[in-house]
Amino acid sequence: MKRCWLWLIVGLLPLQALALTGEEVMKKSQAAFLYPGKDFKARVVMKLINRDGAERIREMTMLRKNGGESGGEQKYFMYFFQPADVKDMSFMIYKYPAKDDDRWMFIPAINMVKRIAAQDKRSSFVGSDFTYEDVSGRDIEDDSHAIEREEKVGSRDCYVVKSTPKSTDADFGSKVTWVDKVTFLPLKEDQYDRKGAHYKQFTADEVADVKGLPTVVKRTMKNLQTGHRSEVAYLKVGYDLGIEDSLFSERFLRQPPRKWVD
Amino acid sequence: MLRLGTFCAVIILALPTARAEVTLSGFLQQNTAFNTVTTNPDGRHYKWLEERAQIKLDATGGAWRLLAKGDFAYDHLGRQNEAELREGYVDYTAGNWDMRVGRQIITWGLGDLVFVNDVFPKDHEALFAGRPLEYLKRGVDAVKFGVYPEFASVELVLAPNFRESHIPDARRFHLFDPMPALTNRETVKPDQGEAGLRIYRDIAGFDAALYLYRGFQRTPSMRPDNMTAPTRITYFHPALSVYGASVSGRAGNGVLSVEGAYYDSRDDRSGNDFAVPNSQTRLLVGYQIQPLEDLSLGFQYYVEYMHDYGAYRAALPAGFSADHRWNQTATMRLTQFFQHQTLRLSAYASYNTSNGDYFVNPELRYSFTDKVWGALGANLFGGMRWGQFGQFAHDDNVYLQVRYEF
Repeated sequence: MKRCWLWLIVGLLPLQALALTGEEVMKKSQAAFLYPGKDFKARVVMKLINRDGAERIREMTMLRKNGGESGGEQKYFMYFFQPADVKDMSFMIYKYPAKDDDRWMFIPAINMVKRIAAQDKRSSFVGSDFTYEDVSGRDIEDDSHAIEREEKVGSRDCYVVKSTPKSTDADFGSKVTWVDKVTFLPLKEDQYDRKGAHYKQFTADEVADVKGLPTVVKRTMKNLQTGHRSEVAYLKVGYDLGIEDSLFSERFLRQPPRKWVD
Repeated sequence: MLRLGTFCAVIILALPTARAEVTLSGFLQQNTAFNTVTTNPDGRHYKWLEERAQIKLDATGGAWRLLAKGDFAYDHLGRQNEAELREGYVDYTAGNWDMRVGRQIITWGLGDLVFVNDVFPKDHEALFAGRPLEYLKRGVDAVKFGVYPEFASVELVLAPNFRESHIPDARRFHLFDPMPALTNRETVKPDQGEAGLRIYRDIAGFDAALYLYRGFQRTPSMRPDNMTAPTRITYFHPALSVYGASVSGRAGNGVLSVEGAYYDSRDDRSGNDFAVPNSQTRLLVGYQIQPLEDLSLGFQYYVEYMHDYGAYRAALPAGFSADHRWNQTATMRLTQFFQHQTLRLSAYASYNTSNGDYFVNPELRYSFTDKVWGALGANLFGGMRWGQFGQFAHDDNVYLQVRYEF
């Protein structure tokens, strides 16, 4: 008898209340992909592979701490192991919604901490095919988002969301993202330039469960115009480790504590 | 040789500490710089010609860390076998304080090859002879304490012995010498130590810092024993105190840096002694932007103001060139990356608007693999015969650096 009542209530709800909008999907995706946990740590191994298959390795520890809610402030700390000429270099980003980042770099060769200009979030991250935005996210409000259809990627059901920049001076035309309907992780993303040509493709190659949080531990960004691609593996992933706020300071930029950068 | 012995002993003693996490790394390097205008004063064609190996030991155990970085080089231009402890220190890190003891490189301030509050020793010869940038700095033998209470971070540096900056060698560079005939020369180093204090914190999104230094001028001054009939020249390091401040932060689309300092020339506060630098105020304003992907531009305006100019002019012996009261310099740096940041083009130019002195350093650097890189560049100088860069007008050189890192 009780069951009947429940069905009746569900049946009476308007359909729209159950369906998500494109913007809601992308907000949930941002929370699942870029904001899980209060903090995060991973050893990141990045392979830069050119058209001929020649490889370069970039290896670093990446630490992230959220300031508050998803979409809010974040602090990033990176310490480089490879290549040899950037070993011991460290890098810090304070990321703000709707405002340019603050970035600092420690140059071990001359033992100097330098603030660096960070106007362009769409510039390459350490020479890879990923941009800073691909690594740390883009403001949801900068684009309008529409669910185009639903489709499977492998065995996973996905929303296919098209995001178009609201401003006319953006350096790309649109993005189409396949967002997993259960985990809300982006499993695939096609980026189109302003002329509508498909020029970059992101794929989530492996998703693992870390402390109950589904995590993309292998990903690839491929430049379809140059044939260059960047394959990234996240090793030793951890969440909610209690990373102190004080880590994100000049003191530790100069002397990164071993317990966080192993 | 004693230093080399110490370095080896440190490595040998450190290795058995099995509980510590130990890493060994280093590089092999070839470095050549050849003259493009004329030969050196000693008749050679090269400013620099050497092979160099560096070994770096880094051991960490708990709150302790040991770092030792030693160089062994063979110089083809007469200095032959050289060994140097570049850095060698022990760190202890506690919750809200830390300590570093030993030879260490310290860099303060915000300038790009312009030094306002960076009072620590440098190797100017390394910069002008086409050596890699890290050789611009020399370590100081010091104890550095860091204290990190809530309101600010504090860094105190105490060095029991003064270490001078390395100036270009008169056999390799055409240094301006007002008394070239006088060969009887001696150098007197200060027999006291030095101290520096830096206090820094964030103020409304800007990095702000205060600097205090009490020590000596890093580059020597010269004093003849007699002005009318000199027989001997003494090089010495006049007493100096520096009181400075800096701020840097985001402004518009770039990063703005402002730095200033008062140089208190303690040995000549009246400005009457021509051999001792006049007290100065130094001001630096810098702006850095990234107008395009992988391109960055940096601009600096730098001025030195002499405080007792009247006294300086009155005390200056006849025949000596006079500096300006206001000494202004503009610099620019361009850095552009190509090929996934494996190829870097950079160019630095400095022009002194008061006396026409200039220094230009273009460089192309390529990473052949993740372990091998090479750089090809040039150092070009010009200006007044007695100017900082003008004296090197015949020392233009093209350099090559190739390094294998392991």
